[in-house]
Amino acid sequence: MAITISGDQAMPGPPLSARLTTPQVWGIVLVAPYLLVFLAFVVYPVGYGLWLARHPASYVALYHDPIFARAAVNTLIFLLVGINLKMMIALLLSGFFAQQRPWIKWLSVLFILPWAVPSIPTILSVRFMFNPEWGVVNTLIFKLTGDDGPNWLNDPTVALSMAIGVHIWKSLPFWTLILMTGRLAISHDLYEAAEVDGASRTQKFRFITWPSMQALYLTCTLLSMIWTLGDFNSVYLLTGGGPADLTHVLATLGIRYLRLDQLSLAMASIVCALPFVLPLIYFMMKRLSR
Amino acid sequence: MKLPTLREVGVEARLLLIGIPVFLWTMIPIYHMFLFAISPKEDAFSGKLWPAHPTLNNFRIVFHQEHYFLRDFWIQFWNSIVIALAAGALTLLIATAAAFAISRLKVPGGRWVMNLALFTYFIPAAFLAVPMYRTMGNYGLLNNHWSLILAMVTIASPYAIWVLKQASDKLPVELDEAATMDGATIPQLFRLVYVPLMMPSLVAIGTYAILLAWNEYLYAFLLLSKDTEITLPVALGNFLAADDSPWELLMTTGFIYALPPAAIYYAFKRYMVGGLTAGAVKS
Repeated sequence: MAITISGDQAMPGPPLSARLTTPQVWGIVLVAPYLLVFLAFVVYPVGYGLWLARHPASYVALYHDPIFARAAVNTLIFLLVGINLKMMIALLLSGFFAQQRPWIKWLSVLFILPWAVPSIPTILSVRFMFNPEWGVVNTLIFKLTGDDGPNWLNDPTVALSMAIGVHIWKSLPFWTLILMTGRLAISHDLYEAAEVDGASRTQKFRFITWPSMQALYLTCTLLSMIWTLGDFNSVYLLTGGGPADLTHVLATLGIRYLRLDQLSLAMASIVCALPFVLPLIYFMMKRLSR
Repeated sequence: MKLPTLREVGVEARLLLIGIPVFLWTMIPIYHMFLFAISPKEDAFSGKLWPAHPTLNNFRIVFHQEHYFLRDFWIQFWNSIVIALAAGALTLLIATAAAFAISRLKVPGGRWVMNLALFTYFIPAAFLAVPMYRTMGNYGLLNNHWSLILAMVTIASPYAIWVLKQASDKLPVELDEAATMDGATIPQLFRLVYVPLMMPSLVAIGTYAILLAWNEYLYAFLLLSKDTEITLPVALGNFLAADDSPWELLMTTGFIYALPPAAIYYAFKRYMVGGLTAGAVKS
């Protein structure tokens, strides 16, 4: 491999095939299918999408679209409230599921279900439960109190909170599982030593569990933020963006513009999220490459 | 028999205080779906915990396609199966080849390929879907099963390559050296040494890709639109188009659709959790 391409035009190095060993040639051949997929379905769409979003007029149009501003705020609420709540519950439950009890083992088997089954039937099930006229929830409220229940999904605040709830319902098992693995990796000796020293439960968490889980917790939160930005199902299937397009998030808004054949607007709305996404990606890259 | 002390009872009670809400929270939407599936139409809305007259009639209606919304049920079911299996097979093929090249053959730039691949997951799914839709249009693949299969392969492959690379890094190098000494060519090495040793990981990854494709809603909903071409989740979503859609049938279909992934998940749980955990400890 000493032969490098220098400025020497008169004496070209041996042809590429001669400089590569057989395994390397095979390696390139075998990695090529994936590279083709990556180029055709990741690089090209991303580049093409950015190119479509180049017109300043699209951003002016977005600026004047009240739905966009609302969606941006909703997305921020969804991320800040939803993810922090979800990760805190996941951290708590990871401790619960780490307990060695037969019934907790059984519960953990059931607990994984929301994550294992497809989202559409379960989200629609929730949607029906909260239907104001026939849903089980309002039927029960009527039976118990004689009053009509609230019109759940017709109130934008309630509807968005419920979309967050559905998102948590769906992805909580996954993050709990990840955090539980992190928790189980902590050496048991540390807890025993703390026990001997008479540490309380809170102290054990603060001085043993949390310091060893901090990095994992942060990585999970960042990753969950990126993935939640792309969560289309929780909002679309529960509220459809309604009432009056007040519960859209950027993920559903982009698809909405796409369905309305306003592709450049769709891409522009996504580009508007980049200032938020790029730092997240940067941090993730830094964390993962360490 | 020793009676539990007060302290032990306290601990158990505290655990139950978490466990019971967790159980209810997890199971209510699923149970609600199941309840609809076994209730006759007039019972479904009563708010009872168990229907007065449980029935399998809804399943019969779905299986015989006896409703306007269900007229293409079997073909949609078939579409879902074909797309899931094709995406699983193609992902396995592409990812195994790539992992073998990166991990065993040490292809130049392999690390880069790995990092680029993982970059796919830093693009939020719905954000990639928008330009992906147009890209598929440009390639002339819209309304073609291949569009969804290729989209699923794109999304499943990076994780697949990563897990497979992780697993194959653990195989001893001496194995390859010994095989090469005996005169094995690289295709032989791949077929006779690598693939058999990697079987457990391959099963896990194949299952993962199949589940991913089977469960996918957004891409399926964007890329396919003809009634006889769509997959089950898209058909379920189409129920919502009408106000008078038959909920009990929708929930029955949803229940049938959710069963295979749940069953597969439990059947392959050991492999799946192993793969996931490997990833978590690394990060």
